[in-house]
Amino acid sequence: MVSNIKQQKNNWRSTRDGFGEAMLELGKKNKEVVVVSADLAESTRVQPFAKKYHERFIEVGVAEQNMLGVATGLALEGKIPFATSFGVFSPGRNWDQLRVSICYSRANVKIIASHTGLSVGPDGASHQALEDIAITRCLPNLVVLAPADFNETKMATLAAAKHQGPVYLRFARQASPIFTVTKQTFIIGRAKILIPGKDITIIGIGPLLYEAILAARELAKKGIRAEIINSSSIKPLDAKTILASVKKTGRAITLEDHQIHGGLGSAVAELLSQSLPRPLKIMGVSDQFGQSGQAEELWEKHQLTHPYIIQHALKLLKK
Amino acid sequence: MRKPDIRELKIIANTIRQDIIRMLVLAGSGHAGGSLGMTDIFTVLYFKILKHIPEQPNNPYRDRLILSNGHICPVQYATLARAGYFPLVKLKSLRKINSQLQGHPHRGSLPGIETSSGPLGQGISQAVGMALAAKMNKQNHHIFCISSDGEHNEGQLWEALMTAHKYQLGNLINIVDYNGIQIDGYTKDIMPLLSLRKKYEAFGWEVLETNGHDIKNIIKTLEKAKTIKRPVAIIAHTILGKGVSFMENKYSWHGLAPNKEEAAKALKELQHGK
Repeated sequence: MVSNIKQQKNNWRSTRDGFGEAMLELGKKNKEVVVVSADLAESTRVQPFAKKYHERFIEVGVAEQNMLGVATGLALEGKIPFATSFGVFSPGRNWDQLRVSICYSRANVKIIASHTGLSVGPDGASHQALEDIAITRCLPNLVVLAPADFNETKMATLAAAKHQGPVYLRFARQASPIFTVTKQTFIIGRAKILIPGKDITIIGIGPLLYEAILAARELAKKGIRAEIINSSSIKPLDAKTILASVKKTGRAITLEDHQIHGGLGSAVAELLSQSLPRPLKIMGVSDQFGQSGQAEELWEKHQLTHPYIIQHALKLLKK
Repeated sequence: MRKPDIRELKIIANTIRQDIIRMLVLAGSGHAGGSLGMTDIFTVLYFKILKHIPEQPNNPYRDRLILSNGHICPVQYATLARAGYFPLVKLKSLRKINSQLQGHPHRGSLPGIETSSGPLGQGISQAVGMALAAKMNKQNHHIFCISSDGEHNEGQLWEALMTAHKYQLGNLINIVDYNGIQIDGYTKDIMPLLSLRKKYEAFGWEVLETNGHDIKNIIKTLEKAKTIKRPVAIIAHTILGKGVSFMENKYSWHGLAPNKEEAAKALKELQHGK
């Protein structure tokens, strides 16, 4: 289901804002929720929480390894810590802490990564997390979520707080279209069909999904009905929904603001190759680092925008 | 229950050292040196200092003990068993397939193990988190962390020290196993620590020192540490392989287990030393 909000740029809101709002809500609802920050409270949108619930806000400074350890200690004592930073630093810099302190102990820590993907933009390659899904998806006990817009990030944050066990939640910096509806509850392990179709399956994550929606609208004009699936729960992956769709359409495209190695595309390829081998195109960043630029320019350069999705769809439909 | 006196604690420590030798020879691998070096401190902690009930390993009022240098877990396993956390017979399963006694500690696999450890530097951060939680919850227990001198090579540890100072964690005590040895050699050669005392003081910590084998002094130091209202580091001067002459201060015994002949020799020495 896609909401009908008119996609004027002034209506756009960032996924990180959705996270920030959810944290305020959680602060009020659950006294065990705490935030651990590594000197990025403003950027990760936890500053309102920090102001309102300062006794539950821990600032560890620019120290991401320690941040995850402190969060683990809090979690083992019954708190629900949200450890917040940028994806390149956490889990980028502290993967060992994530692996042993958190995942091996099944500590109830929420690892929150803002500024993921090329869409970070002008800060350039060092700050664009393009490998985070690959390095989290392989860890036992860890749930991996990548919500698509403001609304869904809010819902995913609330769902992460309810889940007993570690959760990795990735979102982005820039304002982006809002196209999911708040009435749909976020269920970990469940994908959502945004647009039903029968000719080709397009599975995406994050704000980039809006490009898939645009592609579907263009394809519809050519009489091609694409099924658009939001696979915001990357792990566990909703095998049932994906398999049912690909069984019907016979071909699939995956789309992500992440390396093509180890991300959503890999997860879908692992599923299809073993259960339902069908032609698949994995769209993402192709084994390269990003660079400075505006989000849209970078998506264009890496051929992730809707004209490229349409091209790949038409090619797959010939198979 | 009456707590053991110094003479009795010495006997318990000797028994635990024998347990360690027996466990390691059966396992065929494991870290003998550090385990023997920290036996006196573990004995004092579990039999004299810690507020704990072995039958209730999750009791919320318990003092927490975090073993950050997880490779010396044989001493913790043996001490936990001797303190009554689980049957002694389990010690024989160290490092075996499907054992609760993993090669490095795993939270949830064994009663009394608070965290998972192995990669150095991670325990102290978790201890800081636990100390913060206790403060938020207005609980009165202490968090004891065991770390090693070589472990101070890890940057994460210093990050944690800063946080402990910032939040004035008076419920946190970090005991440093200071034996001057790490896996590849002497700490002065691998990575000189210079004055650990000065470093801790510069990080805003209170520093106490003790001979790590003088039971009476260990007790006195730990009791004093509990009264200090800010984070305390106890630099415990220990001897790697303590109690077994051919292991003492030999860095080759950091990560080694004795073979049958060496174990027999070690046990003979320990039994004689009783």
